[in-house]
Amino acid sequence: MSAFLEIEDLKVSFTTEDGVVQAVDGVSLLVAQGRTLAIVGESGSGKSVTAQAILGLIDRKTANVSGEIWLDNEELLALSSPDMQAMRGSAVAMIFQDPLSSLHPFYRVGDQIIEAMRAHRKVNPKEARREVVDMFKRVGIPAAERRVDAYPHQLSGGMRQRVMIAMALINSPSLLIADEPTTALDVTVQAQIIELIQDLQKEFGTTVIMITHDLGIVADVADDVAVMYGARIVEMAPTQVLFEEPEMPYTLGLLSSIPRMDMEAGGRLLPIPGNPPSPIHLPKGCVFAPRCRYASMTNGLSETDRPELLPTAPNHFVRCHLAPDVRRRISSEVLTAIRGAKV
Amino acid sequence: MAGYIVRRVLQMFLLMFLLSIVVFFLFNLLPGDPARLTCGKACTPEIIEANRHRLGLDEPPLTQYVKFVSAIFVGRTFSPDSPAPIICDAPCLGYSFNRHEQVMTLITQAAPVTFWLAIGAFILWITAGISLGIFAALNHGRWPDRLVMTISLIGYSLPAFFLGLLLIFFVIIKWQMLPFPAYVSPFDNPVQFLQTMILPWIVLATLNTAFYMRLTRNQVLETFGDDYVRTARAKGLPERTVVVKHALRAGLTPIVTAAGLDLAVLLGGAIISENIFSLPGLGALAVNSVTDSDLPLIAGITLVTASIIIVANLVVDLLYAVIDPRVRVG
Repeated sequence: MSAFLEIEDLKVSFTTEDGVVQAVDGVSLLVAQGRTLAIVGESGSGKSVTAQAILGLIDRKTANVSGEIWLDNEELLALSSPDMQAMRGSAVAMIFQDPLSSLHPFYRVGDQIIEAMRAHRKVNPKEARREVVDMFKRVGIPAAERRVDAYPHQLSGGMRQRVMIAMALINSPSLLIADEPTTALDVTVQAQIIELIQDLQKEFGTTVIMITHDLGIVADVADDVAVMYGARIVEMAPTQVLFEEPEMPYTLGLLSSIPRMDMEAGGRLLPIPGNPPSPIHLPKGCVFAPRCRYASMTNGLSETDRPELLPTAPNHFVRCHLAPDVRRRISSEVLTAIRGAKV
Repeated sequence: MAGYIVRRVLQMFLLMFLLSIVVFFLFNLLPGDPARLTCGKACTPEIIEANRHRLGLDEPPLTQYVKFVSAIFVGRTFSPDSPAPIICDAPCLGYSFNRHEQVMTLITQAAPVTFWLAIGAFILWITAGISLGIFAALNHGRWPDRLVMTISLIGYSLPAFFLGLLLIFFVIIKWQMLPFPAYVSPFDNPVQFLQTMILPWIVLATLNTAFYMRLTRNQVLETFGDDYVRTARAKGLPERTVVVKHALRAGLTPIVTAAGLDLAVLLGGAIISENIFSLPGLGALAVNSVTDSDLPLIAGITLVTASIIIVANLVVDLLYAVIDPRVRVG
């Protein structure tokens, strides 16, 4: 597959009073044009920082950013700040988690979108307004003519997120980053928003990076999945492979800690014990080792060495000290146990 | 919006009504005999009783209160049956027998002094406080920020009387850069007016500048971390637009509230500064009225200064509705 977005060894660290926070530690990934990559992980795993690095939203004065981010043959980290500013909101756009706090409370939603439009191209006010109304209709906002003049607090959560999507798409970006776009919404609205993003992606041919901790969404929308833990990618695979043949114990833990309809009656969830590591004091060896049920099977390797992200099958990468056959056996045992005899 | 205004104005009138009750009963029904205070040492019970009658203090409290309030609207005549009745024109806030003057007249003489003092200081501290606060926020964590915060700390810790005396000693006495303060109206002698007011302005503004620098800096820094500022950046807006139109617009709004109320408090008189610089404003008048136990005057000043704050509160709330659509449209 030819890469449309390619991230090479991205590292982001912040210096704080308590020490250096390594928020992203050597992330590399590829996304082909028009595809959807889901980045999954707990809060603090570095997924949002990765997204913000792509958009150039990380303040280089306070953070150390290294590596390469190639978007359509352009290296974003090397761009001057006016050039990066020109990319933001036009070539790359982002949808945020909480649409109420992400919209400015003092300005009408239509004006906020027109502002995004005029940051990148010349349009006269009348035409700009018409374009916003059209976009509102496309993202499914009823009474679009009237809603353009509403303030954010006058709209419902779902409508506000549709406004955010309209704002992100108004300049036809080639890459759309959605950072937990449904977390702040009601469950019934979540499905609508996800469906909307998928429809628009097909219509515009947009490449999408979906950041989420909701594996249900991942199964629905993603072509590929990257699982992040402790500032790194720990497993990356096409969606179906990841769900059916996960190899990294953390991915396995994620999959077995969500209740499923096809679970055996009386089957038990297997939550991951412990807490995510502090980003200041990452463990010396494998960052997941302290919470891993199988760490003792690595002959102490997980205490001393950082595992590499290595291919285990075509397009399937795993960062784990366990031997491949051991990982696969554990995986199929666990999945069989929680899902019944289906797998 | 219209409903909101009507509601707030009605609230204001209710508050003023309650205020008039509190002020009246506080000062007229306190222990101690106001009639006794009307004459000096050589007082006979007959004179006291005569004065009590002249002041209307022998009437039931409710009647007294009604007369007190109605005087504000229609005026009042004290001891109408005596050969020399005392006429108090509307709006009458009472009559000071110590000074043989209507309370309203005393207040209107002092008010312009305090008004100019407050307005000048206000402009100074708002300009300096907000611009330095923004400057510090934009340079967060670097030396300009630390410098501004240090200045703010020093300004905070300087008591007004100390700074005032320091300025008088050096600027007026030692270096003789300014003449001794003597208040004149800016319309009569603008030069002398400025020469008199500049030091009190600085003294009054220093403490507030220190406070507003800090407030502005913290407000602006807080909005820099807000999600809508990140959205503005994500749209690809130039940094200047992000800062001015998105961050500052939201961050400075709460300062309107603080500024309006601080100005209102100051308009009620700046006791220390007026005394140090012998400015005949409301603060000085209030202090003198307390020293003289001049009850009608104390009550009048209290009523006026509290009313200023109530009105300022209304103005601030209405301004806020203009600025923030969340208040204006439900």
